[in-house]
Amino acid sequence: MSAASIVVVRDLVKTFAARGALLRAVDGVSFDVRQGETLGLVGESGSGKSTTGRILVGLEAATSGSINLFGQEISSVRGRVTPGAVRRRLQFVFQDPQNSLNPRMRAQDAIAEPLDVAGGWSRSARSDRVRELLEMVGLPRSCGDRFPHEFSGGQRQRIGIARALALKPDFVICDEPVSSLDVSMQAQIVNLLLDLQERLGLSYLFIAHDLAVVRSISARVAVMYAGGIVEIAPKRELYTSPLHPYTQALLAAVPRMTSNRARAAVITGELPSQIDAVPGCTFHPRCPFAFERCRIEKPKLREIAPGHLAACHLHETPA
Amino acid sequence: MAEQPLLSVENLTVQFRGDNGWVNAVEGVDFAVGAGECLGIVGESGSGKSVSALSILKLHSQANTRYASGTIRYGDRDLLTLPQRRLRQVRGGEIAMIFQDPMSSLNPVLTIADQIMEPLRQHQGLSVQAARRKAIELLEMVRISDASRRIDDYPHRLSGGMRQRVMIAIAVACRPKILIADEPTTALDVTIQSQILELLRELQREIGMAVILITHDLGVVAQFAQRVVVMYAGRVVETASVPALFERPMHPYTEGLIRAVPNLDEDVHRLTTIPGSIPDPSTLIAGCRFSPRCREAVKSCLAEPPALVDAGAGHFARCPPRIAAGGIS
Ligand SMILES: Nc1ncnc2c1ncn2[C@@H]1O[C@H](COP(=O)(O)OP(=O)(O)OP(=O)(O)O)[C@@H](O)[C@H]1O
Ligand SMILES: Nc1ncnc2c1ncn2[C@@H]1O[C@H](COP(=O)(O)OP(=O)(O)OP(=O)(O)O)[C@@H](O)[C@H]1O
Ligand code: SF4
Ligand code: SF4
Ligand SMILES: [Mg+2]
Ligand SMILES: [Mg+2]
Repeated sequence: MSAASIVVVRDLVKTFAARGALLRAVDGVSFDVRQGETLGLVGESGSGKSTTGRILVGLEAATSGSINLFGQEISSVRGRVTPGAVRRRLQFVFQDPQNSLNPRMRAQDAIAEPLDVAGGWSRSARSDRVRELLEMVGLPRSCGDRFPHEFSGGQRQRIGIARALALKPDFVICDEPVSSLDVSMQAQIVNLLLDLQERLGLSYLFIAHDLAVVRSISARVAVMYAGGIVEIAPKRELYTSPLHPYTQALLAAVPRMTSNRARAAVITGELPSQIDAVPGCTFHPRCPFAFERCRIEKPKLREIAPGHLAACHLHETPA
Repeated sequence: MAEQPLLSVENLTVQFRGDNGWVNAVEGVDFAVGAGECLGIVGESGSGKSVSALSILKLHSQANTRYASGTIRYGDRDLLTLPQRRLRQVRGGEIAMIFQDPMSSLNPVLTIADQIMEPLRQHQGLSVQAARRKAIELLEMVRISDASRRIDDYPHRLSGGMRQRVMIAIAVACRPKILIADEPTTALDVTIQSQILELLRELQREIGMAVILITHDLGVVAQFAQRVVVMYAGRVVETASVPALFERPMHPYTEGLIRAVPNLDEDVHRLTTIPGSIPDPSTLIAGCRFSPRCREAVKSCLAEPPALVDAGAGHFARCPPRIAAGGIS
């Protein structure tokens, strides 16, 4: 547990201009990722998970906050230029492989693109590496000369993963890398990511909606709601004794294969505006436990049990 | 299904042009869905789910696709032989589709407003103001916050799940008779997913909308569908009612799929896979196409392609040894 943190994020904020107002996409997010660890990131659609990942990898500039990567302070996160050495150690697997693959580029060239950009790969070393990567992600070695449209949705996602792994990164941000895959392929990719982690000491930030998949791959899990982390805990704690009412609602809403159709209580109520500031707790309009204070004062993320943090007035007094 | 189904796909074979001639991407596929009903289609990546779904509205590129056999019966019409002009009237109106990939099916240079209002104006003849009001209402129904302000955004300003919900809003805008939903909730968290499924249920109740739901999430199928079709390598290998399929799967492949669903209630370190991988459509396999991966394969499995056989009570499976054994593993 005491491995060094290779990623340290503090008070990250990202706003976007929205018709004369501001949209708070990420609203004060702090977390660490340790060497060799997977931090799962789950939460509401639109709560700022991808934006957080995109800022880390340098695709988006933060509005404020600090980021330390591999011990190097990225001093000005605003409009920062990630140093090349840091950039190479960081890779991103996209939510949307179709869009990140050039339709006119053969699979083998898409996978080799990072190698070509980095340079120094001979023709034969390049094609060996491509074939190795294809095999690693469960695609036939022979399919390298096919174009993206000749693959099914799931097969295309595997090409995106092969490409991210091409340069043997240290930290990979996986933004819903398995959500378009079937259960068997999901399992193969998750197992593959776990193998690579064991072998190479990789760390992951693993963004996903499938809570069972997140449980299998993560060491710790963070839950986001309306731009903020509302709970973060070692996975067993988070799944067996979730503290935040939103986390509880999320776990209750997972559709089960076995249970009968008794529908889980769906949280209803007004969605949080991301443009107009919601006073108090962002979850209060939908929270079954909301009380007076929740409407006035924003709860802080604090440690309730060792390593278990939650932002909820119900859990204010640490034991 | 006692009465006449709303839509039935019969003996559908779709071919794509390959390096060595035409290749069957799906072969002899049958399924049907009735009004107000939901049919789930499951199967591994590359099993032919999207190819089948896209064929219903003939959305494959004409130059490289051949509908080698089949009928797609909708009312008294066969959609496969309907002229393109007539088909366009059906598309997006009576039969709507949610595509698997929300980003490439939303137009990046048009605002969300433009894209939701388009079918409302075209199929329902609404005025600009009325269409805009309706579009905001639809965005609220799919749980997009600040809908009246986000409606003028371009797609790239929305999160992945928000784009997917916009696709859903467009698809249900004209209250279709049939909704073909190809992985409609993959980008959504489970609380919004359940609200979206509830919205579809309401439309099913209110207007008898039929849903063809393609998904990898067997939990969603179990909670939402009435019947399931399991596809493998371009063919239907099993079809049954939801309770029958989950309680008594007959095909070894279906069992494998169910076993591979990760468990929410355990700290497992390795997930279960189905060993091997799905063959490419051009691969020739004698007999049962699942046989290279099947632990129960016997000699007769390789002799000829097995037929889809009725094991009773509307439960069909394409596995003679299991049928003979009564389906009990
Ligand atoms: N370029 C942009 N311009 C304006 N708003 C943006 C931009 N990118 C993201 N947003 C907004 O920021 C918020 C957070 O988006 P983000 O993509 O981070 O969500 P997410 O948690 O990844 O959601 P999902 O689970 O749906 O992928 C959303 O309201 C989104 O519309
Ligand atoms: N336009 C095309 N040209 C050639 N082959 C295609 C085309 N579209 C699909 N295929 C092939 O047809 C088979 C079935 O693909 P399909 O897209 O239906 O799979 P799927 O079941 O929807 O998979 P996924 O779960 O990954 O979306 C695959 O082998 C795929 O490679
Ligand atoms: S702070 Fe109040 S409103 Fe917010 S989650 Fe806790 S109890 Fe609910
Ligand atoms: S027909 Fe034979 S090979 Fe095919 S699934 Fe059944 S037992 Fe296995
Ligand atoms: Mg996202
Ligand atoms: Mg598909």
